[in-house]
Amino acid sequence: MTQLKEDGPRGRVIVITSGKGGVGKTTSAAAISAAIAKRGHKVVVIDFDVGLRNLDMIMGCERRVVFDFINVVQGDARLSQALIKDKRVDTLSILPTSQTRDKDALTSEGVEKVLDELRKDFDYIICDSPAGIERGAQMAMYYADEAVVVTNPEVSSVRDSDRVLGLLASKTQRAEKGLEPVKSQVLLTRHDQGRIDRGEMMAVEDVLELLAVPLLGIVPESTAVLRASNVGMPVVLDAPSSAASAYEDAVARLLGEDVPMRIGSDKRPGLLGRFFGRSA
Amino acid sequence: MSLFGFSLKPRRPKSAQTAKDRLQILLAHERGSGSQEPDYLPAMQNDILAVIRKYMKIEDDEVDIRMERRDDISSLEINIEMPTQQKDATAAKARSR
Repeated sequence: MTQLKEDGPRGRVIVITSGKGGVGKTTSAAAISAAIAKRGHKVVVIDFDVGLRNLDMIMGCERRVVFDFINVVQGDARLSQALIKDKRVDTLSILPTSQTRDKDALTSEGVEKVLDELRKDFDYIICDSPAGIERGAQMAMYYADEAVVVTNPEVSSVRDSDRVLGLLASKTQRAEKGLEPVKSQVLLTRHDQGRIDRGEMMAVEDVLELLAVPLLGIVPESTAVLRASNVGMPVVLDAPSSAASAYEDAVARLLGEDVPMRIGSDKRPGLLGRFFGRSA
Repeated sequence: MSLFGFSLKPRRPKSAQTAKDRLQILLAHERGSGSQEPDYLPAMQNDILAVIRKYMKIEDDEVDIRMERRDDISSLEINIEMPTQQKDATAAKARSR
């Protein structure tokens, strides 16, 4: 912890990872980056999913991509040319990835060089990991100081998260150099209190007991997430919702604030809602 | 859907508990020596084959090795199909724990 304070927040690298796909990594990366930036910190969010670029769409900057992360890694473009400044939050930047190259284009040295350069200008560097545990995911986590492991209360997601936690503890620069370990926390997404009450879904305590790492936050299943992605808006910049508040809370904790855990829900199924509405 | 706080459907065991129980067993194995299983089993199978070959003629596919893990015990089962020179002895089973 002392070492953590010495190097301060400047250039802190946080990987958003999960192993399993579709659990909400990119949604979370976008929301967390935007929420940190809204607080006035300088934030850059990097898409590590080479070949399957999606962060640009979630951030709503897909039409502004000219150069990308891979161009910078390979020396074909300068970092300043590839960085896209967010139009809503001026302390937020996006480093999109390539849609045409594959993950072998990422080299450990190249990634390190880009991160070193970003550390000079940004307080937080958020790495949006691809699914899986292959090269792209390994590159995304290798230089991390902290990790947010996005997990759904569902067997395959929990198993994959456990695997990823193992990799974070062994296959990162911090692990290999014997430094203070990567600080890993679980972000539970698609939480549904109704289903937990009916015994259909594992409760938060169950998941935490299995994974044995601290909880960063609980993001409820929310229609706001799909809505925000439809319009290219990080969920915390869109209209108020239970998911947005959950991400704001998680970010406050990530920055060291002591925020009590609360379980939000924007589902108040009235009679009409039961007949007409389905949120899943 | 329950109308008056109770449902007419017969009560099934809660699936969330089943999920947790299954994960508890699985993760314990995967964290420990779990992933080593595929590493050494083929090599061990070759060694066992070599030992048996010192004494009898058998083909590669006549030895079957499998490992089973449960909560409390793990068992290693080795099935050797004996050569069919003698018509009465078709198969012998060796089991070790």
